[in-house]
Amino acid sequence: MGIRFILMVNKQGQTRLAQYYEWLTLEERRALEGDIVRKCLARNEQQCSFVEHSNYKIVYRRYASLFFLVGVDNDENELAILEFIHLLVETMDRHFGNVCELDIMFHLEKAHFMLEEMVMNGCIVETSKSNILSPIQLMEKTS
Amino acid sequence: MNPFSSGTRLRDMIRAIRACKTAAEERAVVRKECAAIRAAINENDQDYRHRNLAKLMFIHMLGYPTHFGQMECLKLIASPGFPEKRIGYLGLMLLLDERQEVLMLVTNSVKQDLNHTNQYIVGLALCALGNICSAEMARDLAPEVERLLQFRDPNIRKKAALCSIRIIKKVPDLAENFINPVAALLKEKHHGVLITGVQLCTDLCKVSPEALEYFRKKCTDGLVRTLRDLVNSPYAPEYDIAGITDPFLHIRLLKLLRVLGRGDADASDSMNDILAQVATKTESNKNAGNAILYECVETIMSIEDNGGLRVLAINILGRFLSNRDNNIRYVALNMLMRAITVDAQAVQRHRATILECVKDSDASIRKRALELVYLLVNESNVKPLTKELVDYLEVSDQDFKGDLTAKVCSIIEKFSPEKSWYIDQMLKVLTEAGNFVKDEVWHALVVVISNASDLHGYTVRALFRALQTTAEQESLVRVAVWCIGEYGDLLVSNAGMLNVEDPITVTESDAVDIVESAIKRHASDLTTKSMALIALLKLSSRFPSCSRRIKDIVVQHKGSLVLELQQRSLEFNSIIEKHQNIRSALVERMPVLDEATFGGRRASSLPNTVSTSSGTAVKLPNGVAKPSAAPLVDLLDLSDDVPAPSSSGGDFLQDLLGVNLPPATQSEGTNQTPKAGTDVLLDLLSIGSTPAQDNNLSTPDILSSGQDNKPIIASLDVLAAPSNMMDLLDGLGPAPPKPAENGPAYPSIVAFESSSLRLTFNFSKQPGNPQTTMISGSFTNLSSNLFTDFVFQAAVPKFLQLHLDPASGNSLPASGNGTITQSLKVTNSQHGKKPLVMRLRIAYKVDGKDVLEEGQINNFPRDL
Repeated sequence: MGIRFILMVNKQGQTRLAQYYEWLTLEERRALEGDIVRKCLARNEQQCSFVEHSNYKIVYRRYASLFFLVGVDNDENELAILEFIHLLVETMDRHFGNVCELDIMFHLEKAHFMLEEMVMNGCIVETSKSNILSPIQLMEKTS
Repeated sequence: MNPFSSGTRLRDMIRAIRACKTAAEERAVVRKECAAIRAAINENDQDYRHRNLAKLMFIHMLGYPTHFGQMECLKLIASPGFPEKRIGYLGLMLLLDERQEVLMLVTNSVKQDLNHTNQYIVGLALCALGNICSAEMARDLAPEVERLLQFRDPNIRKKAALCSIRIIKKVPDLAENFINPVAALLKEKHHGVLITGVQLCTDLCKVSPEALEYFRKKCTDGLVRTLRDLVNSPYAPEYDIAGITDPFLHIRLLKLLRVLGRGDADASDSMNDILAQVATKTESNKNAGNAILYECVETIMSIEDNGGLRVLAINILGRFLSNRDNNIRYVALNMLMRAITVDAQAVQRHRATILECVKDSDASIRKRALELVYLLVNESNVKPLTKELVDYLEVSDQDFKGDLTAKVCSIIEKFSPEKSWYIDQMLKVLTEAGNFVKDEVWHALVVVISNASDLHGYTVRALFRALQTTAEQESLVRVAVWCIGEYGDLLVSNAGMLNVEDPITVTESDAVDIVESAIKRHASDLTTKSMALIALLKLSSRFPSCSRRIKDIVVQHKGSLVLELQQRSLEFNSIIEKHQNIRSALVERMPVLDEATFGGRRASSLPNTVSTSSGTAVKLPNGVAKPSAAPLVDLLDLSDDVPAPSSSGGDFLQDLLGVNLPPATQSEGTNQTPKAGTDVLLDLLSIGSTPAQDNNLSTPDILSSGQDNKPIIASLDVLAAPSNMMDLLDGLGPAPPKPAENGPAYPSIVAFESSSLRLTFNFSKQPGNPQTTMISGSFTNLSSNLFTDFVFQAAVPKFLQLHLDPASGNSLPASGNGTITQSLKVTNSQHGKKPLVMRLRIAYKVDGKDVLEEGQINNFPRDL
């Protein structure tokens, strides 16, 4: 299935964006988020970006005040997911211009639109920034 | 404007939530907002619907229930405008999942949208379908999606491809329909379509073996060509990441090649060139390049063997392993585990580096490295590796210690070259991390110790030293206490010194001291204290001078609230006090525990082994666990196994009634028969009590000439006692006597006749139970004197079981004026093979003088 979920969490542990590609109930989600966020926040700079959690791996990276966490299957290429996280950040950066946490918070639906153009059903769909952003720019022009 | 009206913009609500200082405030804000939204939904408010949904999504992300908004999504999806549809679909994907029944209502809208003219709306519908469709929806809408796989717009094609992945996962039967369109997709130029097509292909191959065959034959070459073009392609600004064009596509293609090449030599051959090219040409100073190399190495390892490529792959891994970046090292360790199955030599070369990784500061790397080391261990390198691991055990942190201990213990067990090394290492592990050691492990250690008889002295001294320094590790205390109890004499006498040992003088009281401290520790749990009590009992036998002191220690637990300790304390106390003559036999050296059976049992149940190591004293002659459920069977067995102190011979009565020592302690140790009962038992059966009886018993079958002596005074409860005794001898619980009717008739016999007494047996059998015979015996007094205190006892060999009912009386009038009847029940386990035999002992008093008569009955009817 590839990617199981994508989370953006700030340093205080508050979720800023959550996209799940497999169904979990609300309690499970909160428990999961609390658990892995604690693990990732406790690690320092020098340590590996990959954490093993129950039956899947978490690949994470910290950008300023926001942690990007991606939960993947055990057979997925971790380094590629790391690249994907970077691609996501760069795409958002190109659209919002110097994207920061507040941008994501106040334009949550746009962030979701972008993510949907990139990942569908747990698989990476599109990796070209221009292709990703063109429908979104079109929508902004019309609305 | 009221900030909580449904007109609130999303950002205002977010601001309000962020301004809350406490969780309660936030809950209040959210609740108000939800109420406003619900009111708006009831009013069917059109204008702010999408705003409300955006707010709902935010609230949902915070973790509050939002199911009341689900119908809103549907309404938004049904509306004609694009922004409303957009947010409706987004809400659909976030707030709903495939298990909700509401999803079925969407099917129609989605179908219409799939046929819409606006391609963006088609894209929306495909996206939603691809993310959350259920099996029924998949079945309904699969034909539409298939059609869209050939749409003119590449964006739609790529989304349709991913949607198809979900469809074939939900409904694998539909997989065949997608095979042909996918073959076309693989020839695309557009990267987006290509990457999704490749992913669809990978999943198809996983789901359907026919698809795998088809793609393997038809598409492998095409894919190789595509990858080559990609690798050689010039700079493309759209897809460039860190100087490499679309690494994601690289990786996906490599993955697909892996799936196609696994298990198939031809396909693997055609890939060799391109794999070599990727492996050598890709730059590895950027993460993207390393990601591609990682995937490439994985693919090389999975496809069919090609020597040159494999060497290349392992070199790459070696480079990764020495990289400073933790991520790369982690990935390399991962791969090396796969590589071991392929080429163990090459991995051995990197052993030192891997060992360093076990001590790394990063938890993920440590875990991987430890697993890898575990796979690397073989006979030649076990000693240095174990030394490293055990040294590291001292400094590792708590959560890692459990893992590390388990692995170290299993390494030591599997590969130990000699017993002394095994014991040494296990001692070190126990000292460091005994609390993490599982029960089976230290049980196995005890078995090995008991087998290594030349090392007993060395082991017990080492344990003694270890226990003096550290006593916090529970398993260490247990093993030490067992060994000190078992081999205490070797400890004190410094027997069996190996030349690597320093001499150590231990006095008897030192040994007792240390076991006493084990009991007194607060942290000792029940098992440890019980083992310590047994050890004290053993020591009291081996060091008779400390016996008094040991008894005092043991007695302290007489009032313990824990039943196990109380029982042990009382029993051992009584052994020490009253039964010194049997104590040494009781606690003599344990026989060697059989490793094979022990190992087999380890695989099954645990409680057996625990009871073995703690309850060994009582089961002494039989070694490893005989279930204590049938103590009386053991009674009979014991008398066979242990050479009886008195003469044995073919004397039935001797064998059964002899060896008065074990019966007492067996019954003491296993069931709490009151002291009085066992004394009676002893008195009745003891051979050594009256010399007169001794003489009588030693003559097998001569009937003593009838003496008209008055029988011994026997009270009624003594009369009852024989039946108890017979029950004990029977070995099984007494079964209620069945009425002696029915069944074939057998002739009655005169079982025994002397000048003064005649005993007649009448037989009957129950139908359907040929093995059991009811015997009714009647005694007739042939003399002219009255017999009083008449007691009849009988004994049978082991293959028979005898049950004796109380006699009708104990006084036999003279000259046949009356009879005493007593009924017996005999069960012949060898019915048909062996006839019944029985020995008798009849005691009575004549004129105050005791008379004893004995005999053997050989004239039972043959077919009883």
